[in-house]
Amino acid sequence: MVAGEAKPGQFVMVRTSGTLEPFLNRPISIHRIDEAKGIIELVYQVVGKGTKLLSRISPGQHLQIIGPLGNGFSWQTGFKRVALVGGGCGIAPLLALAEKLLENEREVYVLLGAQTKEKLLAAEEFSQLGCRVRISTDDGSQGKKGFVTQLLEELVNSISLDQVYACGPLPMVKGLIKIAEEKGIPCQVSLEERMACGVGACLGCACPVRNPDGTVGYKRVCHDGPVFDAKELLLDNK
Amino acid sequence: MTKGTTLEPKPGNEPPRIAETPAGLLNSIGLQNPGVEKVISGEIPWLRQFGVPVIVNISGYSVAEFEELAARLDSVPEVAGLEVNISCPNIKGGGMAFGTDPQGAAQVVKRVRAKTRLPLIVKLTPNVTDITEIARAVESVGADAVSLINTLLGMAIDIKKRRPVLANVMGGLSGPAVKPIAVRMVYQVYRAVKIPIIGMGGIVSAEDAVEFMLAGAKAIAIGAGNFIDPLLPLKVLEDLEDWLDREGVKDIAELTGQCQ
Ligand SMILES: Cc1cc2nc3c(=O)[nH]c(=O)nc-3n(C[C@H](O)[C@H](O)[C@H](O)COP(=O)(O)OP(=O)(O)OC[C@H]3O[C@@H](n4cnc5c(N)ncnc54)[C@H](O)[C@@H]3O)c2cc1C
Ligand SMILES: Cc1cc2nc3c(=O)[nH]c(=O)nc-3n(C[C@H](O)[C@H](O)[C@H](O)COP(=O)(O)O)c2cc1C
Repeated sequence: MVAGEAKPGQFVMVRTSGTLEPFLNRPISIHRIDEAKGIIELVYQVVGKGTKLLSRISPGQHLQIIGPLGNGFSWQTGFKRVALVGGGCGIAPLLALAEKLLENEREVYVLLGAQTKEKLLAAEEFSQLGCRVRISTDDGSQGKKGFVTQLLEELVNSISLDQVYACGPLPMVKGLIKIAEEKGIPCQVSLEERMACGVGACLGCACPVRNPDGTVGYKRVCHDGPVFDAKELLLDNK
Repeated sequence: MTKGTTLEPKPGNEPPRIAETPAGLLNSIGLQNPGVEKVISGEIPWLRQFGVPVIVNISGYSVAEFEELAARLDSVPEVAGLEVNISCPNIKGGGMAFGTDPQGAAQVVKRVRAKTRLPLIVKLTPNVTDITEIARAVESVGADAVSLINTLLGMAIDIKKRRPVLANVMGGLSGPAVKPIAVRMVYQVYRAVKIPIIGMGGIVSAEDAVEFMLAGAKAIAIGAGNFIDPLLPLKVLEDLEDWLDREGVKDIAELTGQCQ
């Protein structure tokens, strides 16, 4: 059911335990969508209580998930050449996006960053799809040594792009937005914020934005995002 | 029930606004809302499509603001009642002051009462030494019901960063963690006033709901439980009917205050 409706960039809220502990559901991006089989794939990193419990479930066990939630990435039929830039777990939602974008003939550049080779996600899958994959690792264990922002810098200096899609840690995302902005390339970013309801009701996951009338306000990452046009975001004080 | 509504639009607090805690969460939303005029033109008509009575939760920073809100909403035919939030702990120097002292609470409710014939529910804060004093004070000036509890003022610290988790430093605690406190307060207030009590604070099951009713609640509400599952209130209703059947309780009203 989720697979039939899911769009790249959307997420699900996962209940990681059958008890009241931990209390809140965890937001996890939809990594891959197989509509025909009715399957969605999620990938996650174990960081705390909830993801640790998730890693202990056994095959065949049922989990409560709510979704698909939020607004995903968007694209135009006219897009010829785009770059998908992901760091760490931020790579997760980009695979579903790459699959969609490649349904039409397009050049899809995928720039992936990770701390180490071991932590690099989905590089093979992107290559198999036919994406032009470039990699950076903090320690140089695979691809270029350094940050994925440098890969984007190099790319935008050599070719023109219709759109940049970015997802990852905030400092990285901010860096990517700056690079895209300098070249006048539109940029969509997927943001993370602590969430409670996941469906837009509790106003917990606020993200500062510039309203059309110039005033500053907050949007809900879960419902108005998690994907935003970089132009409306005010990430400077974050 | 709408979210907290103020006279003017409120942007709300800076994020992070949510901190998970054992069996619950802290929130510091900061009453983000589009202001009463937009609530009237947008949210109330939207809520009406579900065919349920619309109760507007109002918050203010001065008695005059509460009065103005009451007067404005009194003229909106779709509004079935007002819940006067004299208890929101999030706003510095705001609602807190009224709800924590019997005179302040009574003053707000008295002036709101004068401005509207709508049923008035007064939402009580648990951040007080004796909640029965406040309940009696608002009953004496015309509250039709009280609802309790609002969130308990709390705090969480990120030990790595040595900083508060919430940008607002403090926030309101709710969820199952607060349930025993809420049950205790409903029990106390039931013995102090004659007006009906709407009980809330950590309800996530039919059994929890029964506990609140036995303590003295005539109705119950679910806040944080919706975060586990947005359909939880419906599930609790279904389970409640099963429970009543199983226990041979004919009328749910028989339960209220039956904890001896
Ligand atoms: C829209 C969205 C999509 C995401 N997609 C993925 C994904 O595909 N793969 C993946 O590994 N991670 C993803 N994350 C991050 C993931 O939600 C967190 O790593 C996870 O919630 C951590 O839970 P925990 O119990 O293990 O950690 P804890 O630190 O114990 O969690 C404590 C609380 O903080 C919240 N929290 C902690 N880290 C984050 C974070 N980075 N973002 C939001 N809330 C957080 C938790 O949800 C919980 O409420 C996504 C986050 C968002 C907002
Ligand atoms: C995210 C969040 C926002 C809330 N906002 C309001 C509000 O605007 N006005 C109000 O009177 N109470 C507000 N509350 C308090 C709840 O209505 C309720 O009194 C409290 O959370 C206890 O119930 P619970 O444990 O079922 O959540 C809020 C609670 C939460 C968790």
